[in-house]
Amino acid sequence: MITDKVLMKGNEAFAEAAIRGGARLYFGYPITPQSEVPEYMSRELPKVGGAFVQAESELGAINMAYGAGAAGGTVFISSSSPGIALMQEGMSFLCSAEVPLLALNVSRGGPGIGGIQPGQADYFQVTRGGGNGDYRIPVFAPSNIQEAVDLLYEGTELAQKWQNPIMILADGMIAQMMEPVRLPEYKPVLTPDQIAKHRDWACTGYNDRGGVENRRVVKSLRMQPEKLEEHVEYLFEKYARAEKELCRYETENLEGAEVVFVAFGTTARITREAIEILAEQGIKAGLIRPISLWPFPNKAFDEIDYTTTKAVISAELSMGQMISDVQIALNGRLPAFLAHRTGGMVPTSPEVAARAKAVLEGLK
Amino acid sequence: MKRVIVIAGHYGSGKTELAVSLAMQWAGEESRPYEKLALVDLDVANPYFRSREKREMLEKSGVEVHADTFGGMQAAELPALTATLRAPLENPNCQTIIDLGGNDAGARVLRQFAKYFQGDEHELWAVVNFRRYETRDVQSAIEHVAAIEKELSMQVTGIVNNTHLLRETVPEIIMEGHAKAQELSHAMKNPLLFTCYPAGIVREESLEGISPLMPLGLFMRPAYLDK
Repeated sequence: MITDKVLMKGNEAFAEAAIRGGARLYFGYPITPQSEVPEYMSRELPKVGGAFVQAESELGAINMAYGAGAAGGTVFISSSSPGIALMQEGMSFLCSAEVPLLALNVSRGGPGIGGIQPGQADYFQVTRGGGNGDYRIPVFAPSNIQEAVDLLYEGTELAQKWQNPIMILADGMIAQMMEPVRLPEYKPVLTPDQIAKHRDWACTGYNDRGGVENRRVVKSLRMQPEKLEEHVEYLFEKYARAEKELCRYETENLEGAEVVFVAFGTTARITREAIEILAEQGIKAGLIRPISLWPFPNKAFDEIDYTTTKAVISAELSMGQMISDVQIALNGRLPAFLAHRTGGMVPTSPEVAARAKAVLEGLK
Repeated sequence: MKRVIVIAGHYGSGKTELAVSLAMQWAGEESRPYEKLALVDLDVANPYFRSREKREMLEKSGVEVHADTFGGMQAAELPALTATLRAPLENPNCQTIIDLGGNDAGARVLRQFAKYFQGDEHELWAVVNFRRYETRDVQSAIEHVAAIEKELSMQVTGIVNNTHLLRETVPEIIMEGHAKAQELSHAMKNPLLFTCYPAGIVREESLEGISPLMPLGLFMRPAYLDK
């Protein structure tokens, strides 16, 4: 049987996956390398009864998402690095008010307005949060278009389940390249009545639910410190459960490896090619590929073969951000090194392989 | 073959891969009908994977490359074009391949050069990949080609079948695309010029009954993207 896959550009596939996952509201502002997402949404959402709004800025977009999410809508937003930076205040508000949102960051080189080529220097921004206060956002980093499609499709549900923003971090390369994908079926979409019933926290309009005590309130303001502390502790009980349930990763060739790479997104693909180059030179190398960046897959590091592995290399399109989490996960068991390019430069696989070889030489 | 070949089509239909492969193939031929050979990259819609990224390889093979005004600054997203790209259009001794941006919107940039397309020196090819989600059937392909013609106020002179799924391409996918391309050609009263296949992935012999065939090299795709 011939495959039913179609060839899609990353951004088009991301947008289609969000629609098929049930997203019917999109607010955004164009920014390279993700502008095909709002373009696709503006064309396709009205056809399925959804709404597209081009906001006046990313600040406008995130706050529209806050409002629409609070009203029980299934909301999807996307932007690229500096645009996501502008949305950080809103992210903090959404987390505190427990408003679901599916967000996509197609990351590019920075800091500042930076450039338009792929980058992963948003690792701190998305895993640590640029907004104020104690909050967490689950972040998933696909390394191919199919994985991105599957995560975005699932993401609409995850956002509702955890009543929190869910972030998909795809670098510019995955957004701009093409790959064959299999698109999932359309999820059923809730009617306004079903939303009022099933999303029993959402502000869906006036309804006598038994007096002022039972009215629905979505807010992030809590003036009494006792109440605020109680609320934050409640959020962190939720995050503790999320840490267990949302941790995702893949490992490859860890058994007997001399060196183990840690890499996500596009970098994981380059690293796979570097592992083949090293194998030709008689060096056994393995890979830990975090899929969830928060929660970071600490337990993957227990699978390293500590009798053979001499070093761990964090491969990143940044000056070294994930390496902090790698060091926490290693907890002193092995030294961590960096293989990186930044500013939109993408290392070649021979460069990554050479770095691993140099690290191993240096340890002799 | 006319002197100026304009390559249009849906985003990701494979225009750039075709333009680069064609330029490399012609550059390697011993006798050519025109003294010079140029590739004009008019893609101002796409930020990555543009033919100008292959400037070095093309120039080494004797192909002039005309694109943006910034030369080496391939990452610039400004829709600024170099004035030098008029040179190959005006030179009757220069075989010219024009690689347009995707869709009708990407093709729009050609309108400012309309005066060069009044005569009978050009062909306008529509590249179609029936495995692209938005041109997955004949009707949607007709609409896409018609939108490009309307945007350019130019008639397409031939269809190119470039149905593929990158490294997952098998002969059946190309043949399935070929059948749809024949339908498209019939419906639009335009000849099906040739069918492309990814050399190194599909063997020419496995495409029996389809002709003419044009092998494409995967010049634009770094190998690590298939890991």
